[in-house]
Amino acid sequence: MAKVVGFNGNAAVAYAMKQINPDVVAAYPITPQTDCVERFAEYVSEGLVDSEFITVESEHSAMSACIGAAAAGGRVMTATAANGLALMWEMLYIAASMRLPIVMMVTNRALSGNINIHCDHADTMGARDAGWIHLFSENAQEAYDNTIQAIKIAEDLGVRLPIMVTQDGFIISHAVERVEILEDEEVKNFIGAYKGRYPLLDLNNPVTYGPIDLFDYYFEHKRSQIEAIDNCLPVIERVGKEFGELSGRNYELLEGYRLEDAEYAVVALGSTCGTAREAIDSLREKGKKVGLLKMRCFRPFPRESVIEALSPLKGIAVLDRSVSFGGFGGPLFTEVRSALYDAPSRPSIINFFYGLGGRDIYPEDIEKALEKTEEVVKAGKIEQHIDYLGLRE
Amino acid sequence: MPPLKELAKRPERLTSGHRLCAGCGAPIAIRLILAAADKPVVAANATGCLEVSTTIFPYTAWNIPWIHSAFENAAATITGVETMYRAKKKRGEIDEDIYFVAFGGDGGTYDIGLQSLSGAWERGHRFVYVCYNNEAYMNTGIQRSSATPLGAWTTTSPVGKVLPGKTQWRKNLTEIAVAHDIPYVAQSVPSNWRDLTLKAEKAFHTEGPAFLNVLASCNRGWRHLPADTLKVNQLAVDCCIWPLYEVENGEYRLTYKPREKKPVEEWLKVQGRFQHLFSPAYRYLIDEFQAYVDREWERLLEKCGETKK
Amino acid sequence: MSELKGWKELVPGGLIVEAGNAKEYKTGDWRTEKPELNPEKCIHCFFCWAYCPDNAVIVDAEAGKMLAFNYDYCKGCGICAAACPAKGAITMVPER
Ligand SMILES: Cc1ncc(C[n+]2csc(CCOP(=O)(O)OP(=O)(O)O)c2C)c(N)n1
Ligand code: SF4
Ligand code: SF4
Ligand code: SF4
Ligand SMILES: [Mg+2]
Repeated sequence: MAKVVGFNGNAAVAYAMKQINPDVVAAYPITPQTDCVERFAEYVSEGLVDSEFITVESEHSAMSACIGAAAAGGRVMTATAANGLALMWEMLYIAASMRLPIVMMVTNRALSGNINIHCDHADTMGARDAGWIHLFSENAQEAYDNTIQAIKIAEDLGVRLPIMVTQDGFIISHAVERVEILEDEEVKNFIGAYKGRYPLLDLNNPVTYGPIDLFDYYFEHKRSQIEAIDNCLPVIERVGKEFGELSGRNYELLEGYRLEDAEYAVVALGSTCGTAREAIDSLREKGKKVGLLKMRCFRPFPRESVIEALSPLKGIAVLDRSVSFGGFGGPLFTEVRSALYDAPSRPSIINFFYGLGGRDIYPEDIEKALEKTEEVVKAGKIEQHIDYLGLRE
Repeated sequence: MPPLKELAKRPERLTSGHRLCAGCGAPIAIRLILAAADKPVVAANATGCLEVSTTIFPYTAWNIPWIHSAFENAAATITGVETMYRAKKKRGEIDEDIYFVAFGGDGGTYDIGLQSLSGAWERGHRFVYVCYNNEAYMNTGIQRSSATPLGAWTTTSPVGKVLPGKTQWRKNLTEIAVAHDIPYVAQSVPSNWRDLTLKAEKAFHTEGPAFLNVLASCNRGWRHLPADTLKVNQLAVDCCIWPLYEVENGEYRLTYKPREKKPVEEWLKVQGRFQHLFSPAYRYLIDEFQAYVDREWERLLEKCGETKK
Repeated sequence: MSELKGWKELVPGGLIVEAGNAKEYKTGDWRTEKPELNPEKCIHCFFCWAYCPDNAVIVDAEAGKMLAFNYDYCKGCGICAAACPAKGAITMVPER
């Protein structure tokens, strides 16, 4: 029988880290991730892991130390949020281009200014082009499960890329939920042993990490990195299935809810998907054919799966919890809309911004978004591509 | 420290074929320091002339495991590597003894990398940090750093009608290192192979953080002839602008006392970057320079227990 | 100079796995002057070896002998000549 515990999202990930028992963790505290780092520090202090914990003086150094440690040839983890992730920005790109399988938990939090400690997705969306795999979690259970899977995905020889596993700050990170946990041995067997590919600590084969590329090689290196991240979708799917066999909880790139016969759908990330389910159930009761597409894997963007799931629909409401200032819509909207350009049939798509800086979203907001989308489709013309939920005028 | 002939038997860790300028002081320092290591070495390097010129893809001049990732983080990077080494040793996955070293220019050390270096010192990792100090940002074309001396011309402290080059004195990073209470801190120069290799050997043998601040001239930025590299570096020592000393577990020791303390002018006049100071308008700066050096030198002598009795 | 490789031929991660292969890159053609050795004057102190920024001094470390300059790499900086304590052992001459 699976063991069930009461964990908030931070505790769930800290516990997964304990079971993974990585060689090195380098991390710096920031709300709302702090609790995760504190818990891990306790595991270290109590001798419950034999990981080396580097208590760095900043997130820039956290990621730098992770890069050094991963290049040295072992398993490395960290965690951060918001401004911490922003401070790592330079190093995120470098971790990915060196093909280092670092696993990082991010509690999504608004990026300043004004400074705000609550949830939105500005932080990881800002890092969406850095070359990392991005897995979103809907709740603490998924944060736990995704963290364990992330190790196996990142370390797969066909992947060897860093992964961020995200969870919504406070909404998931600080809400205690029921979480089913695996046995330590099960986790250990699932992730297996790790062997670095070109370890710096191999004195017989000295490697140069991070040379300078002039215009004669940079482009080729980037091309091979494009290939690497594009190729990892099947691995994410395979690991999701294997995890399902182990835990009974199957994971896919994305997850549909009542989509089969739906005409309208919302597309969302993270905890909002739970809220959206309620909205959909209530609209279904009123006879509306609505559904939800939850994006678990945002990078690489599972274009084909998105087309397959959304192309048959009439209208889509894409919910974005972060802004791309001056752009045409939020990050999720632009991706979804672009993917559907080549679809056999193209639904109408409206972008709804919501929840910035931790503003609550309610099922009624999502119902409203779906109703608006339906109206637009019925009118046959989109007058306003971008709209807002839960905002005072 | 073994004599040069013994050092020459050690593996060649930085090879020929690198593209640092002819007569650059940095590779002299790095070669000597690495020759002083009696065990294998793994290195991290901050962005800068040394890094760029030794690893132009697809060529590397490093015969040792080496990593560069960015400008401000060589210390954090090497502590990651060193920590993984300890993790693997603890788990019985590795048994060799390895030295860890980080190289950074003065920009990467005094300025943008100081935070990460301070953090690494405070955490107490066993690693040697080498600042090859050419007193400006050379790789990007000679901009001032906080290691640039008073009055020096650089492209961001140009000499103009109202400004005489750099208007601030340099930061004393060696003393900042000492204030971290790390077990070994030293200043050296490439022009004195014995001093440098002795200190490097001590640094490698230190069970904890060790810091070597090595003045290493850049003939392009300092504006001197490549063949004068050793002379110019040595003059900095003989003018007491760059004293050779070490601080071992808090104990100061002067490792070289110039027979006669030369006036700073002798160092200034052999470098193009200070030529304007010899014009009547700016001569007063030479006096300020001298006064500053005198004061610092006296302080150091006192710390080293060398004050005139 | 090596052939430029296509992206599929590159080691993942932008790494260089051939340690010290900069030796394939000859810097000798940077010289405008070159050091010439007069072996008769040389006292084999190894100062030139110690101070050469480019490792361009060939020595027999076992025998303790300075042998020659490696003109494949010597950039002609003149540091060895300046450091040499034996008068006349190293002379800098214009490169032709
Ligand atoms: C974050 C960041 N800021 C600026 C730069 C540009 N940059 C590269 S090297 C360098 C100066 C290096 O100076 P120093 O550390 O003294 O080394 P040197 O080149 O003088 O040997 C600068 C400003 C950079 N690479 N990264
Ligand atoms: S610019 Fe200066 S520091 Fe850089 S390689 Fe040339 S001489 Fe050396
Ligand atoms: S420095 Fe002069 S004397 Fe000494 S080994 Fe070299 S050539 Fe011979
Ligand atoms: S001239 Fe310069 S590069 Fe050539 S051997 Fe002498 S020191 Fe080395
Ligand atoms: Mg410099």
